[in-house]
Amino acid sequence: MSEVAAGGPHEALQHHFADLEQQRTASSLGMWVFIAQEVLFFGGLFATYAVYRMQYPEAFSAGSHHLSWRVGFFNTLVLIGSSLTMAMGVYWAGLGKGRKVAGYLLATILLGSVFLGVKYFEYGEKIRPCLGGGTHAGCLLPGASFDPSVLHVTGATGDHAQIFFSLYFAMTGLHALHMIIGIPIIAVIARMAVRGRFSPEYYTPVELVGLYWHFVDIIWIFLFPLLYLIGAH
Amino acid sequence: MNPAFPFLPERASTIASDVDAVFLFILVVTGVFAVGIWTALLYFAIRYRRRSPDDRPKEIHGSLALELTWTVIPLALMAVMFAWGAKVYFHMNRPPDDAMTVSVVGKRWMWKLQHPTGQREVNELHVPVGRAVKLVITSEDTIHSFFVPAFRIKKDAVPGRYNMAWFRATKVGTYHLFCAEYCGTEHARMIGRVVVMEPDQYQTWLAGGPAPESPRAWGEQLFTELNCVTCHQPDSAGRGPVLTGVFGRRVKLQSGDAVVADEAYVRESIVNPAVKVVAGYQPVMPTFQGLVTEEQLIALIAYIESLQIPAGDNAPAPAGASSHGEREAKR
Amino acid sequence: MTTQALALPKEHYLNAGYGWRSWLLTTDHKRIGLLYLVSITLMFALGSFYAALVRWNLLVPDGSHMSAEAYNKAFTAHGVIMVFFFLIPSIPATLGNFLIPLMIGARDLAFPRINLLSWYIYVIGAALTLYALLAGGLDTGWTFYTPYSTVFAQSNVALAAVGIFITGFSSILTGLNFIVTIHTMRAPGMTWFRMPLFVWAHYATSLIQILGTPVVAITILLVALERLFHFGFFDPSRGGDPILFQHLFWFYSHPAVYIMILPSMGVISEVVTCFSRKRIFGYSFIAMSSLAIAVIGFLVWAHHMYVSGMAVYSALVFSALTYLVAVPSAIKTFNWTATLFRGSVQWDTPMIYVFCFIGLFLIGGLTGLFLGNLGIDVHVTDTYFVVAHFHYIMVGGAIMGYLGGLHFWWPKITGRMYVEGWGKLSSLLVFVGFNLTFFPQFVLGYLGMPRRYHVYPEEFQVLNVLSTAGATILGFGYVFPFSYLFHSMFRGEPAGDNPWGATGLEWTTTSPPPAHNFDTTPVVTEEAYDYSRPPKGAPVV
Repeated sequence: MSEVAAGGPHEALQHHFADLEQQRTASSLGMWVFIAQEVLFFGGLFATYAVYRMQYPEAFSAGSHHLSWRVGFFNTLVLIGSSLTMAMGVYWAGLGKGRKVAGYLLATILLGSVFLGVKYFEYGEKIRPCLGGGTHAGCLLPGASFDPSVLHVTGATGDHAQIFFSLYFAMTGLHALHMIIGIPIIAVIARMAVRGRFSPEYYTPVELVGLYWHFVDIIWIFLFPLLYLIGAH
Repeated sequence: MNPAFPFLPERASTIASDVDAVFLFILVVTGVFAVGIWTALLYFAIRYRRRSPDDRPKEIHGSLALELTWTVIPLALMAVMFAWGAKVYFHMNRPPDDAMTVSVVGKRWMWKLQHPTGQREVNELHVPVGRAVKLVITSEDTIHSFFVPAFRIKKDAVPGRYNMAWFRATKVGTYHLFCAEYCGTEHARMIGRVVVMEPDQYQTWLAGGPAPESPRAWGEQLFTELNCVTCHQPDSAGRGPVLTGVFGRRVKLQSGDAVVADEAYVRESIVNPAVKVVAGYQPVMPTFQGLVTEEQLIALIAYIESLQIPAGDNAPAPAGASSHGEREAKR
Repeated sequence: MTTQALALPKEHYLNAGYGWRSWLLTTDHKRIGLLYLVSITLMFALGSFYAALVRWNLLVPDGSHMSAEAYNKAFTAHGVIMVFFFLIPSIPATLGNFLIPLMIGARDLAFPRINLLSWYIYVIGAALTLYALLAGGLDTGWTFYTPYSTVFAQSNVALAAVGIFITGFSSILTGLNFIVTIHTMRAPGMTWFRMPLFVWAHYATSLIQILGTPVVAITILLVALERLFHFGFFDPSRGGDPILFQHLFWFYSHPAVYIMILPSMGVISEVVTCFSRKRIFGYSFIAMSSLAIAVIGFLVWAHHMYVSGMAVYSALVFSALTYLVAVPSAIKTFNWTATLFRGSVQWDTPMIYVFCFIGLFLIGGLTGLFLGNLGIDVHVTDTYFVVAHFHYIMVGGAIMGYLGGLHFWWPKITGRMYVEGWGKLSSLLVFVGFNLTFFPQFVLGYLGMPRRYHVYPEEFQVLNVLSTAGATILGFGYVFPFSYLFHSMFRGEPAGDNPWGATGLEWTTTSPPPAHNFDTTPVVTEEAYDYSRPPKGAPVV
């Protein structure tokens, strides 16, 4: 409902806030603080990556070379596209166009799902050789079955490559987890938009999920070159 | 325990009195401040105790002068504490050139030590009084820590790297050796003794028992067995650089950086050769990780260290060479 | 002079709804504070039980009271519970949750539902970790050093790591809530420099919580991954670096100790002003010191690693910064003491705890100067000297402040007063017991007794026995407040709005406060701690 009864509080105003403006400021600041915390969360992984890359440049090169930069690039475009559709959704929310908002949010979900689907296949080809008995040739999941021969490295470099792939799975896995959590949230907000819950006076949830999604995108923009683009191609 | 000061352990090394001196300095300074503040606290609490229920003291907001004073003075005192402690710490990390090297390998739950002449000990270290002893410390499994309270020295034994500690014992006697980094079930029993002897008694002790093989000799044997000599020829460059005289010198790397060829560098070059390739050479050396034990590595390092250019041969060390004593563990 | 018989207000937050649903689904910050109070008290009791086991074992040098495995699990459980489940949440989640909205004149925190969520996350994390500790146990120490924890330990490492990982988010959400609340919900007229110092302290604490906790979260997650899936980050046999773990771990765990002490310092500022009946000396210096501690505290972590083999020049930098971080704490101590000067000092229980805090935090903080010193630390690190140092700060400091705050705000929280005599007696027992427990440990440490030792050389026995005797007294000292405070909830005298005659918005509303905190939004026109005239609601003389 975008109409506000004269003199009455907005239906979305929570009781402990003085007015919608305070609520919006608080919610926005809350999301920024949350994102700051997320930066530190991923930061630990980036620091670990930096340390080991300096120590084992050859293994990182070999590991990165093995990843398909084309697939990674495709995914990067998909994710940037999803940020664009998200930004459009926020834009229309500010103009009170609930259905357009829902449309763009659904597009975001679609693109996000494409990204996750691609990741599923990427992971699959690295993990499938690890399952069952046999030689596990080509298994790139760190652990007992890890087989670096497919990277054309020998000896200790193979062990170091395991560290590269540990980081690959940990960093992209954590990133994917953030998307898996984000997508249902976007769906809920799309539903709210269709039901007319947002108006130019109040569309904070759309803004906040937009912030979150852009953050997820930015993390990927760092992950892609660091994981896929080092080493000779 | 030190009978003169029951709160201080015995002092049995040259560094012990330095450490105690800084300690006593800080004790006195902090003691003065502590007593001063407690006195003020107690005095104010009693002197200004509420006499009547409608006491309303005058307002005092603060005093910039006081704030600056009690900021600057502690800062100055702490600068002295810092500098003095740093000086002692530097000294602890720079062993004298004439130090004899004892290798220490921590393993759950024992200490394995080896003298330069080859004698091995478990949980005990015999040393001559007055001689500088440099400890090269590593671990086979978890992190341990080599701690001798009477010497005031402690250094972690970290798997995969070498750490260094040194001491010069000043008093004959037997002293505690403790493991000071929790390493599992029997951490508290990973203890032993350091036995400081008169120099002639130490020689006698060394001579007792079958003639052991020195790490250097063993290292020479391994160098041949593992075919290092194939690429590392003694006098002319083969596929690998000449190792004679390299130990303790600066080495120029492919990347443009230069490093000092210390124990850590030699160890790394054997287990992870691709990381620091010498300038002008190809990265073709295979890795020996998993093929040599920590003690074999120590032996190989002792051998390579012994490969010095004979005296009288050639001129002074190449420009940029650093002295033997300036090695320090990385990070 | 007539004294009115005081009575509880008819409606307040405690009777605004009955039944388990009104508590377990509450979004009232005051009730959530009490939910946390119950939880952390339980955890404190459990952590104390493990401490008792440790001290009992150390009565004899030969470790005959329990096996080495049992002892190692006991000291680990003591550390894990006390650090992650008691000290980190303690004041912020209980007193902070309860008081911050009241102190700034707000109706609740910015995100009441997230507040409740943070409590549930705490409970789930605690349940998981307790299961790990009790069913099989954990023996890595609360510090989880690798490669012991990732490769060699035969205990519930991954489970405990996941439990602690989950609990970290409780801390992060609390910090997030406080930061947003303090920024956006202060009452009209309450500028930053009119806020109570308790709020400043929690703001600084919250900064550390949101920036530091995620790093230990990811680190402990990597430990769990290495345990479960053999990822190899910290295993040297596969090229991993155990020292990297230490850097990542201490990057949080050092600032964490400031999470544990800053809120307590906030309590001291509130109590010392009320019971000196005087404005705080050096308000802005204390406020800025809290921020300075939070910032500089992030820069000193490797002073836990001087003997790990780090480069000498790095160690130098960390030592210098460590001395720097001591300065703001010193400034606070001087300012609190100066507040008593020419004041009107009342020796009620909260103030006794303030005296204890200042006296003991002083020792804890000053012994930090020994530990930060490069030359000395080589000798005393990993010995009982360190154990004594941090217990002086955590127990002699933080817990004294917590007890002082609990007593100070008890009438506001419950509407009732406890019996003063019991308060004083308990504080005496705690003070004496505490010093007897931990002072001998400084001596033990310098003499060379390492920490985490199940057995020890005989010459250390006398000091260990003294320490255990002290711990027994300390234990009794803690049991008493639990009993008489609990008892006062039902039988205590009604306290009235402002029994202490304190300034601060929380004292302008009823005791206990109404569910919505204030009937009308307060407007602030004065600085904090204006004791030049009797505050609103002060007892009539």
